[in-house]
Amino acid sequence: MVRRGILVGGLVLALTLPLLAAAFGLDYVVGIATRILIFALAGVSLNLILGYGGMVSFGHAAFFGTGAYVVAILSDHAAAGIPLFTWPLTVYGSDMAIIAWPAAMAVCAVLALIIGAICLRTGGLYFIMITLAFAQMLYFFFVALEPYGGDDGLSLVGPSRAWPLDLADDRQFYYLILSLLLFILYLMRRLIASRFGLVLRGIRENERRMQAMGYATYRYKLAAFVISGAVAGLAGALIANHTEFVSPSFLDWRRSGEILVVVIMGGVGTLYGPVAGAIAYLMLEEVLSRWTEHWMIVLGPLLVLIVLYAKQGLWGTLEKMSTKR
Amino acid sequence: MSAPLLRITGLRKAFGAVVACDGIDLDVAEGEVHALIGPNDAGKTTLIGQLAGEIRPDSGRIVFRGRDVTPLPAHTRAARGLARSFQITSVLPGMSALDNVALAVQAHAGHSFRFWRPAGDETAVREPAHAALDRVGLALRATVPAAMLAHGEQRQLEIAMALASQPRLVLLDEPTAGIGAEESARMVTLLESLRGDVTMLLVEHDMDAVFALAERITVLVSGRVIASDTPEAIRGDTEVRCAYLGEEDA
Repeated sequence: MVRRGILVGGLVLALTLPLLAAAFGLDYVVGIATRILIFALAGVSLNLILGYGGMVSFGHAAFFGTGAYVVAILSDHAAAGIPLFTWPLTVYGSDMAIIAWPAAMAVCAVLALIIGAICLRTGGLYFIMITLAFAQMLYFFFVALEPYGGDDGLSLVGPSRAWPLDLADDRQFYYLILSLLLFILYLMRRLIASRFGLVLRGIRENERRMQAMGYATYRYKLAAFVISGAVAGLAGALIANHTEFVSPSFLDWRRSGEILVVVIMGGVGTLYGPVAGAIAYLMLEEVLSRWTEHWMIVLGPLLVLIVLYAKQGLWGTLEKMSTKR
Repeated sequence: MSAPLLRITGLRKAFGAVVACDGIDLDVAEGEVHALIGPNDAGKTTLIGQLAGEIRPDSGRIVFRGRDVTPLPAHTRAARGLARSFQITSVLPGMSALDNVALAVQAHAGHSFRFWRPAGDETAVREPAHAALDRVGLALRATVPAAMLAHGEQRQLEIAMALASQPRLVLLDEPTAGIGAEESARMVTLLESLRGDVTMLLVEHDMDAVFALAERITVLVSGRVIASDTPEAIRGDTEVRCAYLGEEDA
């Protein structure tokens, strides 16, 4: 009951937030909420492989940042009117959301297929290190990418065009992202309950057993990795629209760590955990960083407490408490 | 006589200087309950590992259902009808008993790249899973997470998982290891009830269980087969008595 109450209450709050913000003259809150939703989406994508597949990726920012770059680069070419490349066929840039966002997802899916195909040959600690290594390689790739700003990053002329919406309008952008997050959460829920989801959870529980039962576990893990990469790419496309600026720091290992923290704080392997984690993490950042720039000093111990005393994270603990009743 | 279900020829595996399997030849006929016995370090676990596809032999051939499966990975062998239970209980601890078995059924009922329909609604998977749980006597424990089951029940669950895949051959690696006398007796009754339905290759230390179940016994000592015969003949074999059964009597 508690769980349901919080879900319904949260949804109502999320739906009415821009109106409330306007009523209280706190319009900047909409921007913060938008950022929270985008990080929640990134967390949801990581949670699929981390929480349900048992794959601890420490390089998820690679997909997040690449997704952001795809939108920025396509928009850059569209603004300049220069084709992206002319061989073997001419491809122009685009500042339309309907083209750029799926393109970001597609590029990240292909990237995840390549990175995953290699990383998933290992497991455990090695998997953590090799995903980190790939993310760092991509980080330095974008640092070296001088035509697109290199180290300095790349500014967007404006957010993507998404007729009939105007994404420069904070409220419309917020509602679009809220709908996208809800839609992805719905898809995740279906996925986790499906045959594929059951196999994925089985692999997390005992991979050797699953192989003995006849599952080619590598293929299922790789498929989950690709889906996860694509969704992280979508989150990246959204953050590029939100900040209207991208830089290699989007792919930094600290960003990967942040996404991990969002998932762990919220609850690994719970559907709504990453959303709860994103809210908690970014609110803490918002409040504490006003108080001191060394806000990590407070976050660190808090994270330790959560890991020690509420292993299932905020949402996981809540779910556990409500099932006990 | 038709070709055996499983034929092992010249199987050899060394770990450094230690030769675990030293040219093993073994046939398992369709329908029989075949027990594999031997002292510790005889190479039984290594042999099972090679049959299951987890350990690659140095040389030798494993022919299952008339096809050479030696180079195939574990999951492909499982897909061809080779199921197994583990010496140390191996289930999916966080999932319900029913989900454990349902996954075993699902592995042999089409591919699992299905992302939309809830797996819990698939009666074609859930019904055989319920039937397998019922067969091992866990029908009332279907919704309990595997980790919460008693140790003996987890062993029963493993048998249900092996059965649910409708295997041609089940490798049972010490099914009564680590459980009490009463549960052990129940396990023997359960395996007894499966005789004729499924071919079993059983590794077991409990001689009462072996002589109650097996129609054929192979004795492994230091990586070699020293005898392979009926239980009566094995009981009378002096070499076997010296090498192995003598220890039991002492």
